[in-house]
Amino acid sequence: MTAPDFAISLVYIAYALAVLLTFGAILTWVERKQAAIMSDRIGANRAYVRIPFTQVKLIWLGLFHGMADGLKLLLKEDFKPLAYDKLAYALGPWLAIVPVLLVFAVVPFGGTLDPGRLFPSLAEWFGGRTYPMQIAPIDAGILIVFAFSGITIIGAMLAGWSSANKFSLLGALRAGSQLISYELVMGLTVLGIVLIFGTVNLGTIVERQSGTVLGFLPAWGIVYQPFAAVLFLIAGIAENKRIPFDLPEAESELISGYFTEYSAMKQGVFMLSEFIEIAVIGALFVTLFFGGYNLPWMNDTGFVFPGGHAVPLSHGWVVVLQLLTFLGKVFLLCSFQILVRWTLPRFRWDQLLRFAWKFLLPLAIANLVVTAVALWAQQA
Amino acid sequence: MLAQYLPILIFLAVAGAIGVLLLVLGRLFAPSRPDAAKLSPYECGFEAFEDSRMKFDVRYYLVAILFIVFDLEIAFLFPWAVALDSVGIVALAAMGVFLLVLVVGFVYEWKKGALEWD
Repeated sequence: MTAPDFAISLVYIAYALAVLLTFGAILTWVERKQAAIMSDRIGANRAYVRIPFTQVKLIWLGLFHGMADGLKLLLKEDFKPLAYDKLAYALGPWLAIVPVLLVFAVVPFGGTLDPGRLFPSLAEWFGGRTYPMQIAPIDAGILIVFAFSGITIIGAMLAGWSSANKFSLLGALRAGSQLISYELVMGLTVLGIVLIFGTVNLGTIVERQSGTVLGFLPAWGIVYQPFAAVLFLIAGIAENKRIPFDLPEAESELISGYFTEYSAMKQGVFMLSEFIEIAVIGALFVTLFFGGYNLPWMNDTGFVFPGGHAVPLSHGWVVVLQLLTFLGKVFLLCSFQILVRWTLPRFRWDQLLRFAWKFLLPLAIANLVVTAVALWAQQA
Repeated sequence: MLAQYLPILIFLAVAGAIGVLLLVLGRLFAPSRPDAAKLSPYECGFEAFEDSRMKFDVRYYLVAILFIVFDLEIAFLFPWAVALDSVGIVALAAMGVFLLVLVVGFVYEWKKGALEWD
């Protein structure tokens, strides 16, 4: 790894962390405001920042509520209840948040970056090399996603198992069995996409989603695999332990489930990881089914509309447009997940597992078989 | 080859440090006044009774065992899905047999009532 590669890696990592943590913080506000709009309320609008020495109060639609929440979590007493296992108790929240961030390592958030063209004064240093906008452009893409997202289960189970609390233990058991059940569905639906695009490299998968099918439809995964897209999103929301799948932390039954015994920022980390996971699920869905950073009719040189009308764009503009397209799509997906959360009631426990094993799993296997046979028939 | 994974390692170090920072930052600012009642397990205001390492339903184990079977199946399916267009009908037939055996097992456990939770 040469110095320019290293520099680019650091820039990507900084960008990814900034995006994820910003999404985590902003989504708490979006969730409140969207819930308010959906139930015809005004929503968060009280917290303000007063400009010093004046009477000017900045409210900004209640955006400061998130900041106030964060400060409060930071300043609250972080007492350590009598845990069964102090090490596991401390590791729980860490294992809940770090793997969620790491999933983003293989998600492509833009096309190809040519830093020499972007900054002509550095062109010599980079020597004409180009970089795909992805922290680790490796072949194992989807496998890395499953490897890291599997670790979050351990975080939730360790947290519940190590606290000396019956609610926590029940929450951990529920979290464990729910997450592994829906992980199966997720894996099987992703296989459909792998069959279509013939690779598990997420960068290649997104590249193959540029262009159009049938002349006008964008060649996105959802066009080839609409069924898998629906199943994947359902399993994704279930993986995130949010309503209607929030049984591990159902407050009317289990207080806070597996993080009942956590206070202050430790509890905040669980909440933050949940909100970051909304964004990560959105990013994965966009990458696999919504064409990633691709806009319809756009390529690396600009727009080419049907009918031959072309709008050339400079490299800088293409990069900015691709980054914004990706963020915009992820935000839409996040908003959809919040819509679901405020629309549906919670499942009962037996319904939740029955839904995974007796409904989603057979459907996912059927989808896989049909896709494989259709692909083979098309080739033959 | 392994150098490709270096960015993930750097990312792990940075993200891990952020995780630790979030968890220890509270210590610097937050007050600490522990007492016996505060540190006891939370049970809706009652004295905690019994050990909280209680017995739980054996069906949670069953879910985990079923998960291992199907997760292994998915692990086998990934290389097959990537290579299907180059291996063709042989791979399709082989995986058909493999899936058939699994589906038979799935139907069996369904009929046996392993998927009943109420």
